Amino acid sequence: MILDILIWAALAVGLAFNALGVAGILRFPDVYTRLHADTKCTTFGSIFTSAAIVLYAAGEYLKAPEGQYLTLALHTVLAVVVLAFTNATSAHAIARAAHKRGHKPAQAVCDRLEESAP
Amino acid sequence: MTRWIFTALVLVALMLLAMVRLFKGPTAADRVVALDAINTLVVAAMIVLAVVFRQFIFVDVAIIYALLAFVGTLYIAKYLGGEL
Repeated sequence: MILDILIWAALAVGLAFNALGVAGILRFPDVYTRLHADTKCTTFGSIFTSAAIVLYAAGEYLKAPEGQYLTLALHTVLAVVVLAFTNATSAHAIARAAHKRGHKPAQAVCDRLEESAP
Repeated sequence: MTRWIFTALVLVALMLLAMVRLFKGPTAADRVVALDAINTLVVAAMIVLAVVFRQFIFVDVAIIYALLAFVGTLYIAKYLGGEL
């Protein structure tokens, strides 16, 4: 019962943050703000939808202790760790590439990377 | 079971919304950002679909998909930055 409520809460938080990330992609003015909204919101949302899966696997394991639910939970945690690392790194790479290509932030008043570039 | 199908459908709808930016994006960097978002949503949806179809091997596929999408994004970023 409590587990069901927790799973619904995790799913609601995850889907809400994923939706916010996609709304940020559609609404924000330039590539850096879009990247900012997308990376943080979708990573956080995917962590929460995966947390719901881990909670479900834990509940099923408590009902009937089978190894497959343990495997599901462990592999989901591994997928989330992989997602967290790769999302952060690829966001950094995209922002760096966009700056090197010459895209300027839309409404920024100063550009420290441009000033410090050799 | 219904909640997992609902979650998967919402994630697919979000992918389609992100695809609007993928097609519309004024610059190539915008398209890469949209592609990155779609990749993250695909991984999340694949983990949920593992429970929907009771095929827990899908989670392993999701891990490999995340790693390969990461390599692809890095290559596109290197190309856009003129380093390739």
